[in-house]
Amino acid sequence: MAELWTAYLWPLVVILAQSVLMLVVLLVAIAYFLLADRKIWAAVQIRRGPNVVGPWGLLQSFADLLKFVLKEPIIPAGANKGIFLLAPLVSCVLSLAAWAVIPVNSGWVIADINVGVLFIFAISSLGVYGIIMGGWASNSKYPFLSALRSAAQMVSYEVSIGFVIITVLLCVGSLNLTKVVEAQNGAYGLLNWYFIPLFPMFVIFFISALAETNRPPFDLVEAESELVAGFMVEYGSTPYLLFMLGEYVAIVTMCSLATILFLGGWLSPIPFAPFTWVPGVIWFVFKTFMVFFMIAMVKAFVPRYRYDQLMRLGWKVFLPISLAMVAIVAGVLQYGGLAPK
Amino acid sequence: MFVQALFFYLFAAICVASAFMVISARNPVHSVLYLILAFVNAAGLFVLMGAEFLAMMLIVVYVGAVAVLFLFVVMMLDVDFAELRQGFLQYLPVGVLVGCIFLAELLMVVGAWTFGPGVPRAITAPIPPLASVSNTEALGLVLYTRYVYYFQAAGVVLLVAMIGAIVLTLRHKTGVKRQNIADQVARNRDSAIEVRKVRSGQGL
Repeated sequence: MAELWTAYLWPLVVILAQSVLMLVVLLVAIAYFLLADRKIWAAVQIRRGPNVVGPWGLLQSFADLLKFVLKEPIIPAGANKGIFLLAPLVSCVLSLAAWAVIPVNSGWVIADINVGVLFIFAISSLGVYGIIMGGWASNSKYPFLSALRSAAQMVSYEVSIGFVIITVLLCVGSLNLTKVVEAQNGAYGLLNWYFIPLFPMFVIFFISALAETNRPPFDLVEAESELVAGFMVEYGSTPYLLFMLGEYVAIVTMCSLATILFLGGWLSPIPFAPFTWVPGVIWFVFKTFMVFFMIAMVKAFVPRYRYDQLMRLGWKVFLPISLAMVAIVAGVLQYGGLAPK
Repeated sequence: MFVQALFFYLFAAICVASAFMVISARNPVHSVLYLILAFVNAAGLFVLMGAEFLAMMLIVVYVGAVAVLFLFVVMMLDVDFAELRQGFLQYLPVGVLVGCIFLAELLMVVGAWTFGPGVPRAITAPIPPLASVSNTEALGLVLYTRYVYYFQAAGVVLLVAMIGAIVLTLRHKTGVKRQNIADQVARNRDSAIEVRKVRSGQGL
């Protein structure tokens, strides 16, 4: 019995506590990422944005949460009830699950697994199911069209994200996210990070992340001028909230993945005294927010793509470029003697 | 060990149950969703065996791409399953035959494993201990050295299949207005805009 406790139950308690802590911090952070998104968007359009609830509108996201939770959920009569309610849950739970392997500081990770990068890639490729299931179960035309669009769009851009991840892994020699960050640790601070040697891949990753998370200019899935609100047309109250939450968590996951793969994770950009005293987690959050800021700015000033151009960009531009880069990077590493042992 | 056994039975039970639901569900979309559940649980079984790379690949390839396309097709098709089931008795003998052959082959594989523990070791490359080398590395080592020609051959077969699928489905319709992105990008002010003086009362 004592063996059972020390071998299984106590680690279980520890992991549960870590997961709850991570979830609470993450969800509060998401509330402010959402507010920041709206504030940045407003600032570009010379508006004030949300500024009524709390000082400078700081409590706006929590007010929205209360509003959604207290409303009555409506399930359309023709909908497939089980799948209709399962879809937002799938969407939300999957995007939260990715955070199990994301290291926010040296050693600050719930599960330090050997295939961390693949785990995040797998989870983000599953994110499409929430949208497809929701679109199909709504039993309505616009959500259905949206589901078909999202299936094609997300599968297309996963391919280029996969190749981008492969080039980074070639440089690191491991699929462990902690090792990916440690491989970028060097004497020159931010000059050691992978965004400099792999700059084209960083750009492709950023754009593909926009498409993978259905952010503007690739938000064809919920293009309001064509599809009303896409797969979310029939959703309201808490199920809608879960979709929204899942979407933003996925966006922040992509930002943090960009931080880990290209921007040195928790490492300090300038590798000497006053900057290295700052805890790594602060650098991590700062860099993640910088990537999110770029994503928010893109939303504010880039018009929406047309669907056929979206497909063209994915298959005819990004796929050949990233495939060629995999070959080039592998060749340079092998024949330049830079390959990791 | 107890917890591993518990999770093994949990994953295995859900896997078998959802595999059964794949063939018995009335709605084809539900069938595909149960298939996905079966895949995910099979990935869980892989993780229990220490094959985390295979587990992740199963999810990325089968659940993330193949099953999405299944779902895509099944949602688009208006399949009447009641009609499809009418020929059930007619196809039953063939189905039973295929099932029996498959079962016999599985028994032979498992039998070889149980009766001669040396058999799998004789036909495969030596497996390095898990502690010294990670899963991904071990797979890569055998795949790109000992089995590199088979690996390349599999790649060529897939490439041929892909080109075949494209050739079979590609149709160049005539009389359709197409966009040439290069032409559009090459337009500049001189070629796109013409300034003319228009006298009042006269058109161009």
